[in-house]
Amino acid sequence: MHMEKVLEEIEFLIGDKFELVEELLDQPSHEVFSDDTFNFLSDISKLLLNSTRIKNYPDVATFAFYCRKANLNGIKRTHDTDSVYRIGRGLLFHITPGNVPVNFAYSLFAGLVTGNINIVRVPSKNFEQVSLIINTIKTVLLNERYKSIFSKRLYIVRYNRDSSATAFFSALCDVRLIWGGDNTINEIRKSPIPPKSTEVTFSDRYSISIINAKSYSKHSDKEKVAVDFYNDTYLSDQNACTSPQTIYWFGSKLEVECAQKEFWEMLQLTLQEKQFVLQPILSVDKLTTFFAQAIYYRDIEKDSQVSNEIWRVKNGSVHRDIDLFKCSSGYFNEVIVSSLDELLPVVNRKYQTIGYLGFTKNELENWVRRSNPLGIDRIVPIGRTMDFGLIWDGHDLTSNLSRTIVIS
Amino acid sequence: MENIEKLSLPEIPLYTYDRKTKQRFFLEHMLDLFDHHVHQSAEFNIMMSSVNYRKQNIQSIEDLPFIPVRLFKMFELASVSRDQVVKTMTSSGTTGQAMSKIFLDKQTSSLQTRILSRIVSSFVGSTRVPMIIIDCESTVKNRNQFSARAAGITGFSLFASKRVFALNDDMSLNVEGIKQFLAENKGKTIFMFGFTFIIYQHFYLELLKSSQKFDLSNSVLIHGGGWKKLISEAVGNSTFKAHLKLVCGLNRIHDYYGMVEQTGTIHMECEFDHLHTSEYSDIIVRDSKDFSVSKNGEEGIIQLLSLLPISYPGQSILTEDIGTVLGEDDCKCGRKGKYFKINGRIKNAELRGCSDAYGESFGRN
Repeated sequence: MHMEKVLEEIEFLIGDKFELVEELLDQPSHEVFSDDTFNFLSDISKLLLNSTRIKNYPDVATFAFYCRKANLNGIKRTHDTDSVYRIGRGLLFHITPGNVPVNFAYSLFAGLVTGNINIVRVPSKNFEQVSLIINTIKTVLLNERYKSIFSKRLYIVRYNRDSSATAFFSALCDVRLIWGGDNTINEIRKSPIPPKSTEVTFSDRYSISIINAKSYSKHSDKEKVAVDFYNDTYLSDQNACTSPQTIYWFGSKLEVECAQKEFWEMLQLTLQEKQFVLQPILSVDKLTTFFAQAIYYRDIEKDSQVSNEIWRVKNGSVHRDIDLFKCSSGYFNEVIVSSLDELLPVVNRKYQTIGYLGFTKNELENWVRRSNPLGIDRIVPIGRTMDFGLIWDGHDLTSNLSRTIVIS
Repeated sequence: MENIEKLSLPEIPLYTYDRKTKQRFFLEHMLDLFDHHVHQSAEFNIMMSSVNYRKQNIQSIEDLPFIPVRLFKMFELASVSRDQVVKTMTSSGTTGQAMSKIFLDKQTSSLQTRILSRIVSSFVGSTRVPMIIIDCESTVKNRNQFSARAAGITGFSLFASKRVFALNDDMSLNVEGIKQFLAENKGKTIFMFGFTFIIYQHFYLELLKSSQKFDLSNSVLIHGGGWKKLISEAVGNSTFKAHLKLVCGLNRIHDYYGMVEQTGTIHMECEFDHLHTSEYSDIIVRDSKDFSVSKNGEEGIIQLLSLLPISYPGQSILTEDIGTVLGEDDCKCGRKGKYFKINGRIKNAELRGCSDAYGESFGRN
């Protein structure tokens, strides 16, 4: 591979085009959660939150909020590293998804707080959010102190899918982070990484919600529940790995039907308020998925909902392989169950998030400890399924992206 | 068997039924057809019960359920046993894409030929004429694979007294063949047939490049299938016509709209550039928001209904095309029935979220 040729194919959005790979590889890692990094991130946060453009981008605002000093200190407290010495693994190569604009920033965040040198490939599509964040980072980097620390530790790049840049960076990196899609992961894995290097992949996942019908019916703020559920689903076209696809309702048939009626009516109102627009092809997709599922299961029925924005599919029984029938932009399977244990045969390795309502953290924790489900990496209240954390998709990024030096 | 006999269609003079007569005739036959498929196809049966289909609730054709065409790519849907299948037609999907599979028995296949022939005759006359096929012969030679292209060529060849293929097997222009054919049939009306994209790519563009000039002012061209590729190259129907007239003097050109899932009941374009339903088919434009019926003049997703599919449940399908019903019974050409236009395909989705490239799981192509 000719380095000069590869470098020609790469657009450096942040960081100077390097001439020697040693410039990258000889950079020492930093300690995890260093003060320098925290100050750097919190300055980015401040500048972003002061930007007038941020109002248009709630996803950028959420990121900026996540990088606040107070939150960073909180993270440091929960990921206590005092007893051991942890530093970054070295050079991280991040491949971020093409259709979630702010995802690259979180990936970079994880790489920076763990003390690493980062090469982040951003989507080829020109998202406003991407340029807003990148310009802000650039401005903060004008500060001489930050420049001297971070200018050789932070590269944001863009290149075509078929470029050999992926192979080039893969051959150098200590950790490769691939933000999914199974096809992307399989494609990128054709480029080897060095023997000692590791990989963190975020593959296609399936997520669900569980709702206790009685608790919902008694809930005092159903409007908030609807907005929370909207944020879990329609905000990302129900196409994020965290978006629930099937809803398991707990209770008697009567209790559930009563709760469902109100739940979906409230959601319909929220959709109107948020002015959600369903893309026409999705109506066809939903109908196609539904009939395919009908042929496969034989006990499903479409609910009488007339609008195509919300498709409710009644399942007569629990189906183990219901994750085969994933759609997007508002296609919900619904099943009535009476105990969490009914989910055990269902939640395979592909399952990621459970959004819950009407359960206590305690009973969910007991259920997990008692039954050790095959899948499920996160159980969070409805409305918080998209919240990023350094433990994501079952990976503890703090430890996956760092190494521990043992001195005894 | 009794059931099948009931499905036999009467010969009706084409484009003569007004709305009321058409609806009565069409609904009655459609309901019989639905009955038949509900009983003969397990898959269709389960689909209909999943949407609570009840015959007694159907007041008009707009109430009939429809199934998306993509299902024919995902499932092998048939309403006859396999030993009765005489022909399996496939959509002309390119390599690697899922293809629709349509199973034809003798009855459906001959019904398709009969109706196709009647529809086309009503435009070009029923006497056989010399025919130029704008395609290559190898397209129809492969008998094992009955593609939509081959089916079209074979179907339309019914009108040929003799025929010539305008393209060589490498898709280059068969200049000598055409020259000779035109010389032999001087003064006669010539019928030309081909697929829109192939005509544009391998006939029009080649003629434009070459110094060869043909005089086809005495010919009728019928073409269909493949606007989606041309629309992406921004060649609309009127441009297409103007271009062809320019290179070879063709001035009688009829587009048609049809699908491999409903071969036979094609929708021919009249002298006023409108596509027409016949007594054997119908079109309903639906709003993607809730699948309600769009008003005439409003754009929406196209549902197609045809009385011909007996051996497979393709009588009421939701396409991925968008179009507009322009009117009914009052086209200036005098033909009764709905007339409409096609505006292209539904756009692919652009989704947020971290899942992989859209569309692969359901083989949309």
